[in-house]
Amino acid sequence: MKLDILYFAWVRERIGLPKENFETTAATVMDLIAELRAREERYAMAFSDITALRVAIDQELTNFDAALDGAREVAFFPPMTGG
Amino acid sequence: MRILVQSEPFDLSKETEAFAAGHTDMGAIVTFTGVVRDLEGDTLDRMVIEHYPGMTEKALEQIASEARARWSLGDVLVIHRYGDLRPGDRIMMVATAAPHRKDAFEAAEYLMDYLKSRAPFWKQEFTADGVEWVAAKDEDEDALERW
Repeated sequence: MKLDILYFAWVRERIGLPKENFETTAATVMDLIAELRAREERYAMAFSDITALRVAIDQELTNFDAALDGAREVAFFPPMTGG
Repeated sequence: MRILVQSEPFDLSKETEAFAAGHTDMGAIVTFTGVVRDLEGDTLDRMVIEHYPGMTEKALEQIASEARARWSLGDVLVIHRYGDLRPGDRIMMVATAAPHRKDAFEAAEYLMDYLKSRAPFWKQEFTADGVEWVAAKDEDEDALERW
């Protein structure tokens, strides 16, 4: 499955890009994170503490156990600071 | 219901006037405006707000719809800026119109609490000491519990 993966704020800075297309067999967000961590040090760094991260699948906030079945877009970012 | 996500400044008085006009059955209009502030002892030069185009609009619409479901509201307005901002600049505004003030006040607070930690915006501050992402506060998350 091909996914668009988006990164925002310091996650984007640590990984060094805002968006990429990634081929994955991950069943859940956690599986995807494991695959990304294994890629390169910068990913391992960005995903070292997932309690500092939030995730959205197809622009809806979700949790790390969520299934990726049918997903097109997954985004990782720190807790939001709007307002 | 009107939701605007934009980089340009907005005209607070025009927006408020337009929002308030044309209702004969709304006894209360509440507006809140968020302003970039330079904290005491800090030297904030500018702030950059990043957002997630697409998700931002959806999240704001969901939050506003939820407010309309919970309170008796005639109308809701949310404007939130992104991009480069300086101290004194207006970041965002919400406005609520309701037959009674309690609904208008509570809904405006609800909107503010939710868009602080559920709308995908991230603030980065440029000060004399360097550049820093603004960390989310536990109290902002706790504020959601009362709803």
